[in-house]
Amino acid sequence: MADKILEVKNLSVKFEDTVVLENINFSLEKGDNLSIIGPNGSGKTVLLRALLSMVNHDGAIEWAHGIRLGYVPQKIDADRHLPITIQNLLSAKGKVLKLLKSDMHIAIKSARLTEKMLSTPIGHLSGGQFQRALIAFALLGKPDILLLDEPTASIDAPGEEQVYELIHKLQDAHGITVILVSHDLSFVYRYATKVLCLNKTSVCFGSPELALNTEVLEKLYGGPRKYYHHLHEQGS
Amino acid sequence: MLNETYSFILAISAAAAAGVIGSFALMKRTVLAGDVMSHIAIPGLGLAVIWSINPLIGGGFTLLIGCLIIWHLEKKTELSTEATIGVIFASSVAIGALLINSTEELIDALFGGFGNLPTSEFVFGLAASLFVIIAVWMLRNKLIIGLFSPELASATGINVNRLNLWFLLLFGLTILSGLRFLGALLAGSLIIIPAAAARQLTHTIGAFIATSATLSILSVIFGFLISRAYNLELGPIVVVISAAFFALSLLKKKK
Repeated sequence: MADKILEVKNLSVKFEDTVVLENINFSLEKGDNLSIIGPNGSGKTVLLRALLSMVNHDGAIEWAHGIRLGYVPQKIDADRHLPITIQNLLSAKGKVLKLLKSDMHIAIKSARLTEKMLSTPIGHLSGGQFQRALIAFALLGKPDILLLDEPTASIDAPGEEQVYELIHKLQDAHGITVILVSHDLSFVYRYATKVLCLNKTSVCFGSPELALNTEVLEKLYGGPRKYYHHLHEQGS
Repeated sequence: MLNETYSFILAISAAAAAGVIGSFALMKRTVLAGDVMSHIAIPGLGLAVIWSINPLIGGGFTLLIGCLIIWHLEKKTELSTEATIGVIFASSVAIGALLINSTEELIDALFGGFGNLPTSEFVFGLAASLFVIIAVWMLRNKLIIGLFSPELASATGINVNRLNLWFLLLFGLTILSGLRFLGALLAGSLIIIPAAAARQLTHTIGAFIATSATLSILSVIFGFLISRAYNLELGPIVVVISAAFFALSLLKKKK
């Protein structure tokens, strides 16, 4: 039996009078790769932030005892002109968390950052490099679970492929559990062990093969989807 | 009362603190809010005149209130924050001007001037400047992560709200330590101008902070020399020199 790492029960989030998430239930086991999909404004980011205790919520979010979380946000509004390098950021986090130098090396190596990237100001990094820097930052402190919010939103296709590959390799190598907000269903099919379809409330939850069907996707996104063709491919 | 050497030492240490806090304020993009924050010291200086207490106590009191107001406004993400800050600090100048009804004292409050420096003020100013520099050094890692992303900072377990309050209080303390020789209108300028010049000249965070502090200190040194040679007011001349550094820094082409 796999170890349960997260149990979410009747989770609801309200911003003043607007219900953003309602009655969400799901659970994850160690090593799972959960993809959260849904249209814009369906509450995906809010769900991640609730899991990180960054927004107030009703209902229960039960993490296994002593679990460490790593977070890769969707977009960073950082001033691109900041004279800060990845090295500055990683060593700042290392010092705040009182980590060893070896932990830093592991994170840098795992995210495949080069020496040159480390000393480049963040504003001069490409989209893919920036995203890997964020992943390295999240990996510092050896998280058991990585929460990623559309990690490839601002990256071109080859860069996107690399980032997903990287996440997948991290899972294989370190047994990290992954929660990933994504809009790209082909990656969901390739890597996810579970999928949660979100539209304020949970439209589906389960393995991608079972949970995702045309009916669910229509309900989720409204109207027939271009993914229809893709579903056939996967179903064969 | 202390002689000019002590005034010089005090001005140098206040300048160093201003350069250090200014580099972080520039990166946090809170320079302007902080700059006008110095204006809220004016009603405090006015009250100090009326009640015959030390001006730093009056100024410190209203600056503390200013810090808490900005901190509170920063927590909300409403668009009106900037407007509110503008209204509060402009009215501070007006209230201060009404409270201080002697023109000479008003000019001193607005533009500074050492006059007679009591030992207590020297000790306080020096201690406050050192405290600011040490505190920023200790908070630097948290500040760097917070600059990059407040969201990642809180995911790292940093209390961003508390960090912001700390930063504002240190900012207020820096203004307070510069209040004596720069005055309320110009106290913010040694925070903003050397940092702006240093940003033009440097590429790494360490060099940026060091250059900002150095330019700030140099402005004070040259300011002292020129104000003595030509019998000019110290505060304005220091600010003019730092502005000249900034103008020179613009000549450098950034990559």
